[in-house]
Amino acid sequence: MTVLAVVEHDRGNITSASLGVLTAARNLAKQMNTNFEALTIGANADALSEVVSKYGATTVHQAHNAMLTDFGPEAWGESVAQVVRKTSPSVVIGTGTERGHEIIAQAAARLDLPAAMNCLEFDKEFNGTQPLKVVRARWGGSLMEESQIDAPIKLLTLANHIVEPQEELATTPTTVLLIDVDLDDSVTQSFVQDRVERVAGVTLATSPVVVSGGRGVGSAEAFAPLEELAGLLNGVVGCSRAVTNNGWRNHTDQVGQTGTRIAPDIYIACGISGAIQHWVGAMASKNILAINTDAQANIVTKAGYAVIGDLHLVVPAISAEIRKRHPK
Amino acid sequence: MNILVCVKRVPAPGARINITSDGQQVDTAFLGFTVSPHEECAVEQAVQLVEKHGGDVTVLTLGPAEAQEQLRTAVSTGATKAVLVPIDTTDWDPQKTAQAIAKVIEELEATNGNFDLVLFGNESADSCGYQVGVRTALKLGRPIVNGAKGLDIDNGVAVIRRESDAGVEVYKLKMPACVGVKEGINLPRYPTMKGRLASKKVEITQNAASGEVGGLKLITLRRPPERASNTKILGNGPDAASAVVDLLEELGVFK
Repeated sequence: MTVLAVVEHDRGNITSASLGVLTAARNLAKQMNTNFEALTIGANADALSEVVSKYGATTVHQAHNAMLTDFGPEAWGESVAQVVRKTSPSVVIGTGTERGHEIIAQAAARLDLPAAMNCLEFDKEFNGTQPLKVVRARWGGSLMEESQIDAPIKLLTLANHIVEPQEELATTPTTVLLIDVDLDDSVTQSFVQDRVERVAGVTLATSPVVVSGGRGVGSAEAFAPLEELAGLLNGVVGCSRAVTNNGWRNHTDQVGQTGTRIAPDIYIACGISGAIQHWVGAMASKNILAINTDAQANIVTKAGYAVIGDLHLVVPAISAEIRKRHPK
Repeated sequence: MNILVCVKRVPAPGARINITSDGQQVDTAFLGFTVSPHEECAVEQAVQLVEKHGGDVTVLTLGPAEAQEQLRTAVSTGATKAVLVPIDTTDWDPQKTAQAIAKVIEELEATNGNFDLVLFGNESADSCGYQVGVRTALKLGRPIVNGAKGLDIDNGVAVIRRESDAGVEVYKLKMPACVGVKEGINLPRYPTMKGRLASKKVEITQNAASGEVGGLKLITLRRPPERASNTKILGNGPDAASAVVDLLEELGVFK
């Protein structure tokens, strides 16, 4: 009747999402008065037992197979399924990331069990014997679903950034158990075959300043003043889905549910109405400044700051003011 | 080259999602419907692949009778065959959905031969379950990779590119295979006049839906707590520039 946390890592490097999962799994195990265990996949993750023990796991299972040198959704899902069959946990928690959802979906399909993705909350009364009630995110977080996982083993992913990672040593040292998993041809072709490493630098996802444009910008060329302002603020330019759909900018610049989720120090939204699809990608921003002609626009009512006016006049005026006060 | 694309009819919400009084569904009384964005791109990718390699694109949806509208939209942008797996207006859970889709795919393949590729959206825009594609692929005994931001065919192998924090990962799956596609892989085309005519004429095949209820049960939907609106208006028009730069300085942007 344990809680099992599935550790996500990239060739031995633990992801930040995993730390939230370890924390959540420990807290849930405490509530259930049971053991918190963790699973690392591949021998290149054995060293992560040290991290896992800092989060208070009583046991860490190390799934081994010579094939497990890189990520492969099917091989990882099958490894989770085999460990679950052997250890019969009550709850299995994965990361709410692309890989995490894929691993848990694979494991659930192989075990023929239900799975709830992007969970935000768990039933405070849950003790392991009843169905598990969860609250999970829909529509990228703009709608919440209360549902119940009715199965002997509950599989789920924890929505990312929901639980703040918190270390807490266990009272006893963490036991390390090695589990050899069997992987046949049916799961081994989907390993990563090749990769192109990213060149270091600020990206839309990591930039502290994002200047974004929406339908109100009007054309690809009209993004020039936004580029200029972003340049003055050492930021990057983003856009809404309307912009990519019009072919004005590449999808890699899109902020939103199906684009990039961002959390900059300041998000400057120019000529963006703030439809749900866009808002869920921008709502984690620490400060939002909306520049819009419509004082009733959704983004204006939700933003911390707003300028009511035509972005084509306001944006160049801001750039001019910056140049005046901060000449390079 | 035969490609099947599984799509979902979803509401097209504006700025606010309302819920029906019983808490079971999104209130769609004043909403239009669309193909879930990832799947819209999956259709476009399939059409581009058959334009290059020959073959045709079949589009399938498990949904209410009204979902024929989304099948016809897919045909207007290049799919040639359409299959409706009819259910009533309430969503089926992911396990039941995957069971039904896998069964219909087997039926279609029994008469027409295997699909080389079965495409799904990475996750549906509305319920965000992230699992129907994976479950269906496993039932069909085919490999699947999600998150595809690139998909090409090379000598009977599906070459998939996807983004990660570290860069771009490449996966290679021998066909027949399944792929979960993400928006951004392409820019879906608009329907052509010829496509619109084809979409009116296309005969929509119906295959019965069947599956057993899974273990994830919806209790109720609710809206997240509303953030209090206390927007500080910095000014009107270009005259507000000074107040904006004051704010930027205050936030430490120029440090």
